[in-house]
Amino acid sequence: MSRPARLVLFLVAAAGVAALLVVAFLDLPPFGSPFHPYRDRAVAAAVAHATANVVGSVTFDQRGLDTLVEETILLGSVAGAAALLRPSKEERENTTVPEGGRVLEATKLTGYLLLPVTLLVGIDVVVHGHLTPGGGFQGGVLLGTAVHLLYLTGHYRALDRVRPLPVFDSGEALGAAAFAALGIAGIIAAGAFLGNILPFGTFGELLSAGTVPVFNIAVGVEVASGVIVLLAKFLEQALRVQREAVS
Amino acid sequence: MTLYVYLVAGWLLLVGSLGIVRSRDLVHTVVCLSVAQSGTYVLLIAVGYQRGATAPVFGSTTPPSENVVDPVVQAMTLTDIVVSATVTALLLALVIQIAKRHGTLDPDHLSSLKG
Amino acid sequence: MTAAIAVALAMVAITATAVVFTGDPVRQAVTLSVFGLTLSVLFLLLQAPDVALAQIGVGAAVVPLMVMLTLRRIRRHR
Repeated sequence: MSRPARLVLFLVAAAGVAALLVVAFLDLPPFGSPFHPYRDRAVAAAVAHATANVVGSVTFDQRGLDTLVEETILLGSVAGAAALLRPSKEERENTTVPEGGRVLEATKLTGYLLLPVTLLVGIDVVVHGHLTPGGGFQGGVLLGTAVHLLYLTGHYRALDRVRPLPVFDSGEALGAAAFAALGIAGIIAAGAFLGNILPFGTFGELLSAGTVPVFNIAVGVEVASGVIVLLAKFLEQALRVQREAVS
Repeated sequence: MTLYVYLVAGWLLLVGSLGIVRSRDLVHTVVCLSVAQSGTYVLLIAVGYQRGATAPVFGSTTPPSENVVDPVVQAMTLTDIVVSATVTALLLALVIQIAKRHGTLDPDHLSSLKG
Repeated sequence: MTAAIAVALAMVAITATAVVFTGDPVRQAVTLSVFGLTLSVLFLLLQAPDVALAQIGVGAAVVPLMVMLTLRRIRRHR
């Protein structure tokens, strides 16, 4: 199909979709209205389980199965992307990953200074996920990105040393497995898949919300490992250069 | 205001799709797909908003009350963001493979994508 | 508050359009990052800090970074 014809076809279809969307939007509750029946039930359920961050409670305590499926999608996509980004045999023979080039001292310093700070913030976001905004996913992304700040310092080899990929490959699988294992423990101890098996504790304290913080840590490990593996594979592909071009 | 908020969400979906249709580079296509998907985030969060309500996170200064925005749609949006990111990663890995095998990323020059 | 939300929504719509109409993918990685940032500001204003935190990590950092690395890898094939 020619480009102009494709564009015309799209515009006709888009006009139809737009018209239907407007019709649907006109029937949605007005923006900012106080009518939120799901909110009322979710907040009551979260408070009953001593979870201060209601979003965390919805994610792990009330809709745990959705999150389990989501983490499985994550695991599958990372494994798929890692398999697609594996260097082919001839690439391994004809290319090499070089040591990083010269880097400004200021950039190096920024990388070294930011690394511990970002790691700490990441851990804090995971561990307090049931009390403050954040959780396993957000903290995991921070942790996974933080490790790659080392790349800013120009030491690709150093990055390789603090980032043993096999460890994170298994870390990802372990996080996902821990999630499922917690679900099965729920069947045994609480009578429901992903049911709460720990005491709820005092509202607002670090040890509260039952299994929610444990789920946060499992997801944090999985997501951090997943992000590290993904970025490492993309980085390796980006840095791979042909030997001839180097020598 | 109501229609404006929802129309922005619809606009993200449609402008992202337009980008996919016009795209001359598969990396551009993948990025436009993620723009189209972000329309759903805006729609979900907008549906859950309540004027004057606080975030659904309680603490010592904000005792539990019903006067918060809807946490259920926020949890859904989180799932949405995770899935979008992982799908983008998978698609970019596919794009690298296509570039290696065919030497071009213009969808119009990829005979296997001709329709 | 409503005015701030209206402005943030307009910024989201404008930056999304900019991402789509940036033809060069290298520049697109930058506009995509800006788009991710405006989205997370909007989520903060709409009282969704959890979502804003995820969006800032994924939309403003990880995804644009992956796009950049992909572009660097495939540039040699052009």
